[in-house]
Amino acid sequence: MLAFLVQRISQAVLVMFVISVIAFAIQDGLGDPLQQMVGMSVSQDEREAIREEMGLNDPLVVQYVRFAGNALQGDLGISYFYGKPTMDVILEHLPATLELVIGASLIIVIFSVPIGVFAAIRPQAWLSKFFMGVSTVGISIPVFLTAIVLIQIFSIGVTVDWFPQDAGWGQWLNAALSTEGGLPSYGRGDDLTPLFGTWESGFFSQGGILHLILPSVSLASIMLPLFIRLIRAEMMEVLQSDYIRYARAKGLSSSRVYFLHALKNTMLPVITVGGVQIGIMVAYTILTETVFQWPGVGLMFLEAITRSDIPLIVAYLMVVGLIFVITNTVVDLIYGLVNPTVKLTGKKA
Amino acid sequence: MTTATLSRWDRFRESFLWYSFKRDKVAIASFIVLVSMVLAAIFAPLLAPADPYDLAQINIMNSELPPVGLDGSDPAFPLGTDAQGRDLLSTILYGTRVSLLIGFGAVVLQAALGILFGLLAGYLGGRVDSILMRIADVQLSFSTLMVAIIVGAVFKASFGNLMFGEIAIYMLIFIIGVSEWPQIARTVRASVLAEKKKEYVDAAKVMGFRTRRIMFRHILPNTLSPIFVIATVQIANAIISEAALSFLGLGMPETQPSLGSLIKSGFDYIQSGSWWITLIPGLVLVVLVLVINLLGDWLRDVMNPRLYKG
Repeated sequence: MLAFLVQRISQAVLVMFVISVIAFAIQDGLGDPLQQMVGMSVSQDEREAIREEMGLNDPLVVQYVRFAGNALQGDLGISYFYGKPTMDVILEHLPATLELVIGASLIIVIFSVPIGVFAAIRPQAWLSKFFMGVSTVGISIPVFLTAIVLIQIFSIGVTVDWFPQDAGWGQWLNAALSTEGGLPSYGRGDDLTPLFGTWESGFFSQGGILHLILPSVSLASIMLPLFIRLIRAEMMEVLQSDYIRYARAKGLSSSRVYFLHALKNTMLPVITVGGVQIGIMVAYTILTETVFQWPGVGLMFLEAITRSDIPLIVAYLMVVGLIFVITNTVVDLIYGLVNPTVKLTGKKA
Repeated sequence: MTTATLSRWDRFRESFLWYSFKRDKVAIASFIVLVSMVLAAIFAPLLAPADPYDLAQINIMNSELPPVGLDGSDPAFPLGTDAQGRDLLSTILYGTRVSLLIGFGAVVLQAALGILFGLLAGYLGGRVDSILMRIADVQLSFSTLMVAIIVGAVFKASFGNLMFGEIAIYMLIFIIGVSEWPQIARTVRASVLAEKKKEYVDAAKVMGFRTRRIMFRHILPNTLSPIFVIATVQIANAIISEAALSFLGLGMPETQPSLGSLIKSGFDYIQSGSWWITLIPGLVLVVLVLVINLLGDWLRDVMNPRLYKG
């Protein structure tokens, strides 16, 4: 176990090193901090002096070591646009993104487990086929399009008048297909509850939760089909195994067999894949936050790109890279812990 | 008639591929939809009522007209117009063309990279294998979309808006191709590992063929069917990635729109009630991606590359 731990952690450090080199290369290749600091009104000699003083003429390796040293202490430079340390800017925006991810994860867990289990137990039922069909279509719809359709239906509202108004059934169909709209589709609202000082949460007020609904559903929509399929496939495989047949032969009730014996072993691979997928969700938060103008790190990153705010772009890369590496490493370690058959050499198993 | 005299077409008609295609209604329907969309995109200049790239044909007075059948529509614009007064049908035809071009180009690029790296990793093994697959692992754990967004952001910041707009098609092919090669490389590597153990490779080695020749002339042809399956699905992924990048403003400019940038430009007007500018291109995108995915599913079932996994 110790060898596994050391191997995984050293690998994580190596990946983090590569990410920091890439981030440094971007900073070095794209930004001229001097230009941003002093503008046009400083003479060439003074520029050279400042350049020397800031160490911009040092060899690249020296500059990188300084960059990495500062980064280790949480100092990733100062944002051009916000005029304050990039880490502060990111930490301000992080709670909004985290709440979005939490909301989406809740939706995924609540819906994927029952649907996946049902589809595995009764693969021939029309409801299972319906869910599988919907999930095939769901995979083909990009997340930003789901978000736009949700906005049209639940925020702007749809008025249907295709059916004749004079007939009773026409009126009923028109009313059934029309939607009121009215759900908020912009930002987080102003009804936020402060938590632990700087964290403002939308989970504790009606307005906050209403603002969370559409963005979380959109973000969940991209992962939900994947999880339903995964749970179904794993569960079907588990149901074939000998110990399930034995449990049935012993005369245990089928709900006990399904939910106690089978589900436990189904969830093991699902949790590991799930951990990695939640990391991947970060990429999709950029899209979701853009559609809903959600003030999280994804929108902040995109704005930093349009403003050419290089230090903020670089800081975002480092922070997101760290989040990815930590989730992947922790998931690997948990997997190694709960499933001792995993080989010490890792991937070669 | 002996097999030798069968023409290529007859051989195809007797193949299992054609047999299972004939019996699968979903595959036939998807194929028909896909082919008609591809043809419509290729012949867009002939089919489209207007040329969206030609500024002289656009009249701002025609902006935000709804599709035919709704109040205030104009029969000259069957699907309505966008915010700049461009005919939506024409922009969609041209946009599908751009999206398909980028999707196809990106898959050609990632297949080239994926096949090369997959063959090297699988056949040579050892250090080459572990380095290449580690890179692939890291890239995949970051998700291809994230990598594409970051590369796109860096390119955009270094080239500037105008320059980026001019070479956007090539940029997008490059960005998506480079960010998605690990998918194909993994598939190729897995099937190379299975093929490597077979006798014909030993025979080739004994005959003294060079490594390069064994890799490309002997092993590669036998790994083509899984590559074909995954490449089909990857076209759909590349089209979605392109749409996502364009939607974020890191892709095609509005003057030369793809489906993604059409959706983006329409989204700004959805609150004013002009849903068709964003939802009709969106529907086209979903249908395109869906039929490619369905064909990919069917191909996977027929060719069953699951045999190569592991």
